[in-house]
Amino acid sequence: MKLTFKKRPRGSDAFWNSITWILLILVAFFLVYPFAGLLLRSFFAVDTGKPSLQNYKQFFGFAYYFNTLLHSFAVSTLTTIFAVILGVPMAYIVTRYNIAGKKLLRMMIIISLLSPPFIGAYSWIMLLGRNGFITKILAGIGLQIPTIYGFKGLLLVFTLKLFPYVFLYVSGALGSIDGSLEEAAESLGMHGIKRLLTVTFPLILPTIAASSVMVFMTSLADLGTPMLIGEGYKVLPVLVYEEYMSEIGGNAAMASTLSVIIVASSLAIFFIQKLIVGKKNVSMNGTRPTAPKKLSSINRILLTAACYLVALCAIAPQITTIITSFIKTRGPLFVKGFSLESYTSIWFKLSDNISHTFLYGIVAIAIMIVIGMLSSYVIVRRQSRITSLLDTALMSPYVIPGAVLGISLVIAFNKPPLILTGTAAIMILSYVIRKMPSILRSSSAILYQLDPSVDEASISLGVSPIMTFFKITAVMMLPGVASGAILSWISTINELSSTLILYSGRTGTISVAIYTEIFKDSFGTAAALASLLTLATIVSLLIFDKLTKGKGSIV
Amino acid sequence: MGGALFFSASRSNKMSRSVSIDGVTKKFGDFKAVDGVTIDIHEGEFFTLLGPSGCGKTTLLRMIIGFNSIDEGSISFSERKMNEIPPHKRNIGMVFQNYAVFPHMTVFDNVAYGLKARGVAKEDIRRQVTDVLKLIKIEQYAKRSPSQLSGGQQQRVALARAIVIEPSILLMDEPLSNLDAKLRVEMRSAIKEIQKRLNITTVYVTHDQEEALAISDRIAVMNMGHIQQIGFPREIYSRPRNTFVAGFIGISNLLKADLVGIEGTFGLVEFIGGEILKIPMREPRIGKVIVAVRPEEAKLMDAGSCTMKGTVVEATFLGDTITYVIDLGNDLMMQVNEYIAESEFSHTVGSKVGIKLDESRINVFSADGEKAFV
Repeated sequence: MKLTFKKRPRGSDAFWNSITWILLILVAFFLVYPFAGLLLRSFFAVDTGKPSLQNYKQFFGFAYYFNTLLHSFAVSTLTTIFAVILGVPMAYIVTRYNIAGKKLLRMMIIISLLSPPFIGAYSWIMLLGRNGFITKILAGIGLQIPTIYGFKGLLLVFTLKLFPYVFLYVSGALGSIDGSLEEAAESLGMHGIKRLLTVTFPLILPTIAASSVMVFMTSLADLGTPMLIGEGYKVLPVLVYEEYMSEIGGNAAMASTLSVIIVASSLAIFFIQKLIVGKKNVSMNGTRPTAPKKLSSINRILLTAACYLVALCAIAPQITTIITSFIKTRGPLFVKGFSLESYTSIWFKLSDNISHTFLYGIVAIAIMIVIGMLSSYVIVRRQSRITSLLDTALMSPYVIPGAVLGISLVIAFNKPPLILTGTAAIMILSYVIRKMPSILRSSSAILYQLDPSVDEASISLGVSPIMTFFKITAVMMLPGVASGAILSWISTINELSSTLILYSGRTGTISVAIYTEIFKDSFGTAAALASLLTLATIVSLLIFDKLTKGKGSIV
Repeated sequence: MGGALFFSASRSNKMSRSVSIDGVTKKFGDFKAVDGVTIDIHEGEFFTLLGPSGCGKTTLLRMIIGFNSIDEGSISFSERKMNEIPPHKRNIGMVFQNYAVFPHMTVFDNVAYGLKARGVAKEDIRRQVTDVLKLIKIEQYAKRSPSQLSGGQQQRVALARAIVIEPSILLMDEPLSNLDAKLRVEMRSAIKEIQKRLNITTVYVTHDQEEALAISDRIAVMNMGHIQQIGFPREIYSRPRNTFVAGFIGISNLLKADLVGIEGTFGLVEFIGGEILKIPMREPRIGKVIVAVRPEEAKLMDAGSCTMKGTVVEATFLGDTITYVIDLGNDLMMQVNEYIAESEFSHTVGSKVGIKLDESRINVFSADGEKAFV
C-alpha cells in the first residue's frame, strides 16, 4: 500500500500554503510581471503608442532585422550538428575503450564548458585573428588562413565551447546502459555496427536530443561571443543588445519585439524536442555498466591522441589566456618577457569588479538555495495545480536568454513601484532567476530520492512538521543542493549576457571588466581577469568533486 | 538486561492506551481505501492488521497516527477522540518499513531525537537512551552512523527510537519486510519479547500471514478496505469466516460440492466420487457450497479403501514433507501434504490414490464464499 499523504493536519498546511503563496507572489512580481511587460510592449507602435503589429511587421519586413534571425538559426543549427559529430563518438570512445588519462580528459572538457562564454572568442582572436600568434607564424611561412571573424569564427568557437554538453550527457547515458542489454544483442547475432545501430544508439538517442537542445539554445542565447567575433555577421542577441542600447530613454519597443522572437524560437525548439523525444524516452538504471574494451597498443595511442587533441582545442582558450596574462605589456601591445604587471594592474584598477563578482555570487547563491529548497519541497511533496504552476514558472527562465531577461528587468524596474536599475539588487535578481531552473532541478531530484517516512518518523517523535523540515528534510537535502549550487555559482560568476545590460558604473563585475578591457585593447588585464575567473572555476569544481565524491554530474 | 531499569513493565504500562476505531472510512477520490472499519484494540495488546497489498491496512495505520485524515468515523485512544489531534501531538511511536533512520545522525542522536523534542534534561536523555539501547541490544553501536549498520541493526535503531519516548501506542508498518528470511524470524521474536516486557499497545501491519500468526495476540484480516475477520491466530487459521480468509491464511483447497442433507447439527456434503461427508455445522442450508480443505487436512490412502479417488500429477520433495497435487477429475485439483516421518510410502506421479478428509477440521462455505457454515 503506497499512498502518500495529500492531506496534512492544519498547522503545517497553513505554513506550507503561505510559503507557496509567498513564492508565487515573488515569481509573479519578479518574473512574470517583467516578462509580461516585455511581451506587451512589443505589441505597441513606437510612434503612436497604440496597440499594433507594427514592430513585428518591421522585423519580418526588413532584411536588416530578419536576417539576424536567419543568421542565428544557421549558426545554432550547424553548431549543434558539429557538436554532435564531435561529442557522440568521443563519448563512446572514452566510455567504451581503455584510453589513457580519462580523468584529466574529462576535467579539461568540463573546464572548457564552465569558463566564461566569451573567453573562447577572445582567445581564438588572439590565436587566429588578424594579429594572432598562429596567423603570424603561418604568414611567416607564406600561408594564409581564412578569416576567423564572422560566421566561421562563431561556428568554431561555439562548437568547441558547447560540444562538451553532448560529450557529458552522452557519456552519462552510455554509462547507464546495462551491459547485459548489449550482450543480449550480441548473443542474438547483432555484431559491431549493427548492434550499435539497433540497441546502443536508440537507447542514447533521447540523450543526444536533450544535449542538442542545450547546445542549440545556449548558442542561440549567447551575446558575448558574437559581439567579439561576429563582426559583420550579426545574430539576433547582438541586434537585441544594439536596439536596446540605441533605445535607452525610448520605449524599447523593438528590443522587446526581438526579445519575444528569440524566446519564441527557443520555446519552439524546446517543444519540438519534447514532441520528438517525449515518447521514446526509456528509463535506464543499469546495475552493471559495460566494461571498457581493451585496445591494441597502437589503437590505444591513436585514439588517446585524437581525444586529447580535441580536448586541447577545447581548452586552448583557457591556456592562451593564462599564458597571455603573464606576458609583459606596453599599453595595448604585448612585449617580450613575462611579468605580473597585468595582475597588479587589475588589483589596483579593478578590485571593485572582483569583489562585486564574488559578493553578488554569494548573495545570489544563498537566495537560490533558500528559495530552491522551499520551492522544491512544495513542488515535490505537496503536489497540486498551484505548485505545478509554480514549477513551470520557476523553470521558464531556461528558455529566456540572459540579455532578454536583463532588458525585461530594466523595463520593469526603472519606474515605480520599485526602482532597481543601476543597483546590485537587480543584478543579483537576474542571477537568481537565471539559475533557478538548475537549482530547482537538483533539489527536486534529491527530494524524490528522500523517503517521506523519514520526515514522518520525526513528526511521530513529537516534532512539528515545520520544525521537521528544518531539522531533518533541509539538513538531508543540503549536501545535494550545495553541490548543485556550486555549479550555479560557477555560471553566476562567469555570467555576461544579463550583466552587460544591467551593470552600472558602481556594479561592474569581472566579466564586464574583461569585456570592456578587450574593447579598450587592454588584452593583458583582460587575460589576467579571465585567468582569475578560470582559477575560481577550477577551485569551485574541485570542491564540487569533493562534495559529490567524484560522482557528481555537471550537466 | 538488568540495566534496563527505566523500562520496567510497571512504568510503561501506565502509558499504554487502548485504541477504538469506530466506523472509520478513508477516500482517495472515489476510491474507498478504508471502508467503515470498526476495531477495538485493548491496552497492551499486540494487534496485527493483515492483508494483501492495497487492502487498506497501511492507510488505516496512517490514520491512527494522523498522517492520513479521517473522512468518516472516529479513532480514540482510551476514550479520547484523536481525529483533530496532529500527529506530532499524539505520542505514538512508529517503526517504518524502510527504517526511516535519520541518516545524518548517530545511533545515539537518532534515539535521543524524540526526547530532545520533549525537552528532557540532557542527563536524563543520556540515561534513557543508554537503557533502551541495551534493551534492544545495540548499545555497542551508539556512536555509529546508520550507514555503517546492517538492515536489521537499523531496524533495531528505529524500534529503540520509537519506544524511548514511552509512546501510548506503538505502530509498526511492515517492519520486517526489507530483511532477509533468517533475520526476519530473529527480529520477530525480539519485537514480541520487547512488546511483552513493556506491555505496550502495538498495532502491526504485515502482508505475511506466517509472521502475523507468529507474533500477534489478535489479528484483523483486511481486504478491499473491509475487515474480513478479527480473531486469535488459531481461530483465524482453523475457522476462517470466509473463503478469502481461508485462502489468504495458509493454503486452502477450495472445492465445489453440494450440501444434500441435514442431520441434527451435522450437514451432509456430497463430494467427488459420491463421497458423503458428515460435518458439524451451525446454520447449514441445502444447495451448492464450497469446501475448504487444507493440505494437512487430507490423507492419501490406498485407492481401494476410499470412495474419493484421484491421480497424482505432481510430487514435490521438500525435506520434511512431500507435497502432492492430486487430480480429482472434473477439473478439480487438490494439494495434499504428507510428513515423511508419518507416511508409510511415497506415491509416484501417475499412481491412483484414495483421499480421506478430516471431517472435524475442514470448513464449508456458502457458494459465494461469504458465509461460513462450520
